[in-house]
Amino acid sequence: MSATFLGMPGNFPKNASQAVQNSQLRYNLRKATHTIRGKRAGVVAELPDWQELRAAGKAIKDHTLRNLDRYLVMMEEAVTSAGGTVHWARDAAEANRIVAGLVQATGEREVVKVKSMATQEIGLNEALAEQGIAAYETDLAELIVQLGDDFPSHILVPAIHRNRSEIREIFLDKMPEVPENLTDDPPALTEAARLHLRERFLRSKVAISGANFMVAETGTLVVLESEGNGRMCLTLPETLISVVGIEKLLPSWRDLEVFLQLLPRSSTGERMNPYTSMWTGAVEGQDFHLVLLDNGRTDVLADEVGRQALRCIRCSACLNVCPVYERVGGHAYGSVYPGPIGAILTPQLRGMSSELDASLPFASSLCGACYDVCPVAIDIPEVLVDLRSKAPHPAAERAGMKVAGWILNDHVRLAKAQRAATRLRGLLPKRLPGPASAWTDTRDLPEIPDESFRDWWERGGPDERA
Amino acid sequence: MSARDEILARIGRAVAGAQDVEIPRGYRTTQQVDDLVGLFAERVDDYRAIVHVIPGGDVPARIDELTGDRRMIVPDGFDRAGGWPELGTADGVITGCAVAIAETGTIVLDHGPGQGTRAQTLVPDYHLCVVRATQIVACVPEAVARLDPSRPLTWISGPSATSDIELNRVEGVHGPRTLEVIIST
Repeated sequence: MSATFLGMPGNFPKNASQAVQNSQLRYNLRKATHTIRGKRAGVVAELPDWQELRAAGKAIKDHTLRNLDRYLVMMEEAVTSAGGTVHWARDAAEANRIVAGLVQATGEREVVKVKSMATQEIGLNEALAEQGIAAYETDLAELIVQLGDDFPSHILVPAIHRNRSEIREIFLDKMPEVPENLTDDPPALTEAARLHLRERFLRSKVAISGANFMVAETGTLVVLESEGNGRMCLTLPETLISVVGIEKLLPSWRDLEVFLQLLPRSSTGERMNPYTSMWTGAVEGQDFHLVLLDNGRTDVLADEVGRQALRCIRCSACLNVCPVYERVGGHAYGSVYPGPIGAILTPQLRGMSSELDASLPFASSLCGACYDVCPVAIDIPEVLVDLRSKAPHPAAERAGMKVAGWILNDHVRLAKAQRAATRLRGLLPKRLPGPASAWTDTRDLPEIPDESFRDWWERGGPDERA
Repeated sequence: MSARDEILARIGRAVAGAQDVEIPRGYRTTQQVDDLVGLFAERVDDYRAIVHVIPGGDVPARIDELTGDRRMIVPDGFDRAGGWPELGTADGVITGCAVAIAETGTIVLDHGPGQGTRAQTLVPDYHLCVVRATQIVACVPEAVARLDPSRPLTWISGPSATSDIELNRVEGVHGPRTLEVIIST
């Protein structure tokens, strides 16, 4: 079973400074993010109405979130009348209980899974394992992560940190049927995965998926994928259980015309991904269950600035352009949601009580590249700055800010402080002592000029200069 | 309080007083394309699928030529007599489609007459799809408008593929490794 991120120790700066020492990781990531970045830019440039699609995508999501209660009830009615069953889960534990119960009711001990961020977020595989149910990931990258007992490091390509020879080692070690002369050629590795999963697809009775979108008006679920493992899981088993975050909703069928253009081009940089499956309720004799997941989403929704993170369609374009992600990789973020979107989503979903989660809003240079590429225009820098103000700050920093506030609040105090600083500038150390050293460890102290602007101005300022 | 009622109540509290928004739909919902068939053929070819553009009258002969002695699944409603191999032993499947999209090179099956079940177009390693020129629309919004959401839908853009190993594209993972498209004009 792959490990879970829940309760991971450490903090972002510590994780990041370790990760940047790994030159193989940096090479893998640089190559991957630059390739995908170029592909995205090419197919986005093909559409003259990209900004109009982006504006529509943003507004559709905002409108849905504003009316989320109404649309969820509409979705429930549509799925139910099409022969499906709808379940509601307040949190991860409740969702895991519901899914385990549904699997147990079938009498099966094995399930196949379509790659799903929501089920990773709630640690479903581990919860099922505790109940004696084995969950098999079927997406190639998820399979690599699961077999390697590893963490995913990218939303779209979870094994982006692994190169071909590492993958070959994992397959040789964990797939009993692969021949020893397996090469590390990607087609050979892909063929090994195809053979490994083929029988399992044909015999599995229960599948678990997430969904990219659900349409309230019609009750339709939509899954985009590339390999066909999604189609295998969604189509062949007798029972299908889909765990979907409540924010994945779209109001009307027509809205898909926007998102089926925004998502593939932003995500894999293709005009369209190889396979998209859409189904409404119980299809072709299947037993269908939809689990609607809250797990912190309503808390995010209550935050006026932060709620825009719920527009996210998990394309991962923001990861691929982020200068921080490109250098440190996904593991440093300690969450299934890495990169810029993870830095605003994780602290909101989980709160900022752990050291790791409180450090995430600072995992950014605020360059804004993520905002530029976001297909639903999430202003990630705005949310980061807002979260920084809400994050717990160390006592020394709070005390320093209090003093600074007191001085800056009064021009007489400020003038006195500036003159004092000018007189003492020779005594200023290069690095600050005590807890303040955390600041100067990574930054230079600004130089103090020999005269403040105010004093220069009072002396005649511009006239003197002329 | 049930989970359902609690989640709905939380949402009600969370969005109380928030402004609703108008949805601007300034994007293109239709497109004028002079050569729909040509654009569709080019875009399907980009995915490394095999494309034939031939007059309708030549289609049956071309199908015979392409399928040879392969054991093909021919679904009910497809205009051709055929064998009925078991799903697990079939070499391929022949289908029509519901709609095709030129801009993205996409074929959409709604699994109506002549299109088989979802499993029939998935398990065999070879998928031969016949698209009539009149089924091709220019862009995604035109396709969405033509489709019936109450039907199961499968959107296919090229053969099964993955880029999960060092972002190298490899065709053929779990779905059909070969997609061949006959555009009947």
